[in-house]
Amino acid sequence: MRLSKILKNTLLVLTACLVLSACATKKEVATDIQGQMQGDVYTGTDTVEYLADGVPDRVFFATNESILTTASRETLRAQAAWLRKNPNINVVLEGHADERGTREYNLALGERRANAAKDYLMTYGISSDRITVLSYGKERPVDSGSNPLAWSKNRRSVTVKAN
Amino acid sequence: MTRKILILLFILIPINANALIEVDITRGNLNPLPLAVSPLSIDEESRKGFEKILKKENIGSEISNIVENNLRTSGLFNPLDKKAFLQAPDIANLKPRFEDWNLIKAQALITGKVNYVDDKLRVEFRLWDVLAAKEMMALAFTTVPNNWRRVGHIISDKVYERLTGEKGYFDTRIIYVSEEGPKTQRIKKLAIMDQDGANNKFLTLGNELVLTPRFNPASQMVTYLSYFKNMPRVYLLDIETGTQEVVGDFPGMTFAPRFSPDGKKIIMSFAKDGKSDIYTMDLENRIVEKITNHPSIDTSPSYSPDGKYITFNSDRSGYQQIYVMKNDGSDVKRISFGNGLYGTPVWSPRGDLIAFTKLHKGKFYIGVMRTDGSGERLLTENYYQEAPSWSPNGRVLIFYRETKTNSKGEGFSAKLWSIDLTGYNERQIKTPTDASDPSWSSLLSN
Repeated sequence: MRLSKILKNTLLVLTACLVLSACATKKEVATDIQGQMQGDVYTGTDTVEYLADGVPDRVFFATNESILTTASRETLRAQAAWLRKNPNINVVLEGHADERGTREYNLALGERRANAAKDYLMTYGISSDRITVLSYGKERPVDSGSNPLAWSKNRRSVTVKAN
Repeated sequence: MTRKILILLFILIPINANALIEVDITRGNLNPLPLAVSPLSIDEESRKGFEKILKKENIGSEISNIVENNLRTSGLFNPLDKKAFLQAPDIANLKPRFEDWNLIKAQALITGKVNYVDDKLRVEFRLWDVLAAKEMMALAFTTVPNNWRRVGHIISDKVYERLTGEKGYFDTRIIYVSEEGPKTQRIKKLAIMDQDGANNKFLTLGNELVLTPRFNPASQMVTYLSYFKNMPRVYLLDIETGTQEVVGDFPGMTFAPRFSPDGKKIIMSFAKDGKSDIYTMDLENRIVEKITNHPSIDTSPSYSPDGKYITFNSDRSGYQQIYVMKNDGSDVKRISFGNGLYGTPVWSPRGDLIAFTKLHKGKFYIGVMRTDGSGERLLTENYYQEAPSWSPNGRVLIFYRETKTNSKGEGFSAKLWSIDLTGYNERQIKTPTDASDPSWSSLLSN
């Protein structure tokens, strides 16, 4: 099951590389990819911190999207398991957007992203009482770069311990 | 209270209605009108009096400098170099030698006089039509000396109105967000300044993140977003008293506030469960009304000047677009249909246009369209810019622009810019720190 998933992902990346190498902007995209982006969703670990061993604190989104990727759902399931094991811990889900959008829309988009994460945690048994949602829009980027890789790191929902 | 200082205004001589010069402001600044701003004359005793109180060597010249600067930055006028002036200020104010002013190609002339009377500043000024050799306007003001900059702005407004036929926008202020520090940890404060950048003052300390301040069109109140105690909420601030209060009792984030044109309501977004809807709150009876009800993001609401309609930003079609609806939320119509994404719609105070930000192919544009979405016109293109705010006469837009950082993530800046509705006369407005989210006040005096 797991192996087949890895194989499938590798295949996807390979296909993506093949498609991309065929187009004119090959060079730029190639440096962005290097295993750090899939589509325009960040898949690297540079900025990720851990709530506990094997429990990453954040999930990433595509431009203008709030859909959870397969990897994001895996991260959130790990967070849900950790929260179930630690019933006294409450969390704040901080939603963020990249700098390529208007400020007010990005505030709403950050809220929508954090809520997508919240909904998923709830389906894995975490009570909404333990979760607060907070949007920062584009106000708190982790990477100050003006390039697709930096933006992908900034489109995120971060789970932060509230107590 | 310090701001509400009475400025007494006298019309010295009835305004001559059949003037010859007129500035066509619909065409931009290709041919700004050449005019001469003669320094306001001042007698030695008054000069010394003001020097003592205001620490300005010659208050007459200072006031005319303000007038000159305002008229130049409007892009519609070309104030001529004072060195070329042949007539002394005091004599010019009595009776200009029109041949002399004609010789240096001035088509209009501003003269005046400053007096120190009973601890007050008394200013009179005259506007002359050089070609017709006629006086067009004469006015006098009496106020407290500290108000001297405002006198300069009011003179500018009167001249602008007389020559263009439209109200000016110089006796106004800009509220904005001052920014400092690295891009990942910006310190933001509310700041206010005169329209020309003078009298800059910080209104908050920077302890919490603040965003999107907007003036009440009817008073000196401001609404803005603050992250006080890490709760993003809409606040109300009285800039005279410094009193702040949270607007409404919403169980979550409120943002994107603006006043209704009569200043009695705040319209804003409230975000819950991944949906943002538009609400209003009446400031007198505190009644909250839900205006939109849609699973999409509805934000950036802005009223039409008659209060009957609301334009707003929504992604209900799948992407950010601009919509117009009646003020009760009925009759929602999408009006933006061009390529790209549209945000931050703001209704012009004249009622005929909506200004917006557009994102298309990685570039940001400030543009205007008619209120039915027709006649889209893009005024300026850049790496990043957004959030236009109208001058009270609907002629100029102020907005902010951010720079692209280099490969190391360095070189970020945010600055205020203004541009004429015609797309001409784009200029940066200098601020002591980086700046964003500007909002233009109404005219302080009328």
